[in-house]
Amino acid sequence: MSQPTLAVRDLKTHFFTRGGVVKAVDGVSFQIGKGRILGLVGESGSGKSITGFSILGLVDPPGRVVEGEILLKGENLVGQPDERLRAVRGNRIAMIFQDPMMTLNPVLRIDTQMIEAVQAHHDVGADVARARARDALGRVGIPSPEERLNAYPHQFSGGMRQRVAIAIALLNNPEVIIADEPTTALDVTIQGQILYEVQKLCRETGTSLIWITHDLSVVAGLADDICVMYAGKIVESGPIDDVLDRSLHPYTKGLLGSVPSRNKRGSPLAQIPGMTPSLLSLPSGCPFADRCPRVQDDCRAALPPMVEYRPGQAARCIHPHVEGRA
Amino acid sequence: MTVFIVRRLMQSVVILLVMSVIVFLGVFAIGNPVDILISPDADQMERERAIRALGLDLPLWEQYFVFLRNAAVGDLGRSFVFNEPALRLIFERMPATLELAFTAVVLSLVVGIPLGLYAGLKPQTATSKGIMAGSIVGFSLPSFWQGLMFIMVFAVMLGWLPSTGRGQVGSFLGIKSSLFTRDGLAHVILPAINLALGNAALIIRLTRAGVRETLLQDYVKFARAKGLTHRRVVGVHVLKNILIPLVTVVGLEIGGLIAFAVVTESIFAWPGMGKLIIDSINQLDRPVMVAYLMMIVFLFIVINLVVDVLYSVIDPRVRLQDVKG
Repeated sequence: MSQPTLAVRDLKTHFFTRGGVVKAVDGVSFQIGKGRILGLVGESGSGKSITGFSILGLVDPPGRVVEGEILLKGENLVGQPDERLRAVRGNRIAMIFQDPMMTLNPVLRIDTQMIEAVQAHHDVGADVARARARDALGRVGIPSPEERLNAYPHQFSGGMRQRVAIAIALLNNPEVIIADEPTTALDVTIQGQILYEVQKLCRETGTSLIWITHDLSVVAGLADDICVMYAGKIVESGPIDDVLDRSLHPYTKGLLGSVPSRNKRGSPLAQIPGMTPSLLSLPSGCPFADRCPRVQDDCRAALPPMVEYRPGQAARCIHPHVEGRA
Repeated sequence: MTVFIVRRLMQSVVILLVMSVIVFLGVFAIGNPVDILISPDADQMERERAIRALGLDLPLWEQYFVFLRNAAVGDLGRSFVFNEPALRLIFERMPATLELAFTAVVLSLVVGIPLGLYAGLKPQTATSKGIMAGSIVGFSLPSFWQGLMFIMVFAVMLGWLPSTGRGQVGSFLGIKSSLFTRDGLAHVILPAINLALGNAALIIRLTRAGVRETLLQDYVKFARAKGLTHRRVVGVHVLKNILIPLVTVVGLEIGGLIAFAVVTESIFAWPGMGKLIIDSINQLDRPVMVAYLMMIVFLFIVINLVVDVLYSVIDPRVRLQDVKG
């Protein structure tokens, strides 16, 4: 296999708070090839957004990346001076945020916000940058982009604003786009459109996409591969169909079981008992042990390693759902 | 927007009317100027002639309507003391006060915004904590005490700057101001700093709070995610957003500085409107008091209008129209 576009190795991002060290991201590894779509799934507080921000070098104090490598085409971004990271941000790795109502600066016109994004990385005149901004708006399906460039964010609907944010992410033809729950704040019809557009654009341009979400149904139709995060760690990873159809980790099973579906109508929705453990005081063994239906004594002894139970599919569990094992 | 401004000006007339009633009653309640103005030796005849000449023989409501009738044609009465039109007296003194207030506002902005930005961007550093502590001192110390200390230190002990009066007046582009001469500048520095200090402290705190709040917004993080330089994120994305509260407060403060420069002007013997109003109150010079207060009300109305218009320039979400109901 050729070199992955982006590889994250044993990434640890910790927050040094008064109450102690919060290990928001604690040893996350994954990689993504050109034009692939990776789903990063987990509950709130599982560290998936912080993983995204860590890749861009945008973790705010008291948090910082303490360990690991982030390899963009083989070049490690961790520990690089900020000016180097700035040149990468928005240029080679772009990000789309969750709430489109909040991501655009309310007092600046769309063209200002788009032109500055081009000019931050390319030494071009305002007219060239503007033309590029207009094309990007057209690509994400915004009607009459030339006029809309002169509008302010409040003159757009939520879905349109997210399209603008996506257009901004696409402006400099990045190699990787990190999308942090970009459809969560949108209504379902718009969600579908945005999903479709993003998928199409990434396939066209060969951009790799990391799609962060808590919504398995979104990822199911979108991603090639999936990583399931729990308490700052990846607990299961693999090709999307394998992970969804033949989950190894009880947590993944639990998540899937709690998605409402037609054939379970009428019966109470399955849920995972308990809540995510505090990241301040994680148990020494498997962090999921207290909520796990398959927990055994050895689960609490030590943190289980990632084990590849099937080709390409790995789980951090010593009693996974594998045929012939308890 | 034109409709907004016209309607706003019409509302202003109502405000001015209401204020005139309040001012008139208030000034009437302070005391009877006859006791001060007419010498105690004067006989009854002389006394009555003087009272009639000043228009004080009429009942209050009649005095008020005389005032209104004259005010409608721009005459706010003649000073009892100087026997000059009250408005002319005020306009004579106004440039001195305006230049003092203007200098103070510029000073407080030039000092306040950078310090506030710094304290907001680097809240944990010792310098920031020093700035914030200083800002508390800045607006906690009574203005008159600050002024006296300035005079003592810079004028008496060090002898660097003059302590009283307005310096030489220069002329530039037809505008006469002491800001255009060295001597004038030397005179304006101390009173301007005295007047600016409390304001600068307020602006520092306001800017810092704004920066702290804005930095947490998603659009700032998004701007950083676009790869913008720190300078551009702060200078454009953050600054333009904190201008909104700043404009409000600075607008009100300008009015306050002009209206309440009284203390500073008294301490530094600055020949401005503040000193005039103090003298007028002491001598119960009713027309000057009334005219002054009406001027100040008018000033506040104008400033508020300017602030509202500026709003719509800074914040595209604000549209200037009347909210019904």
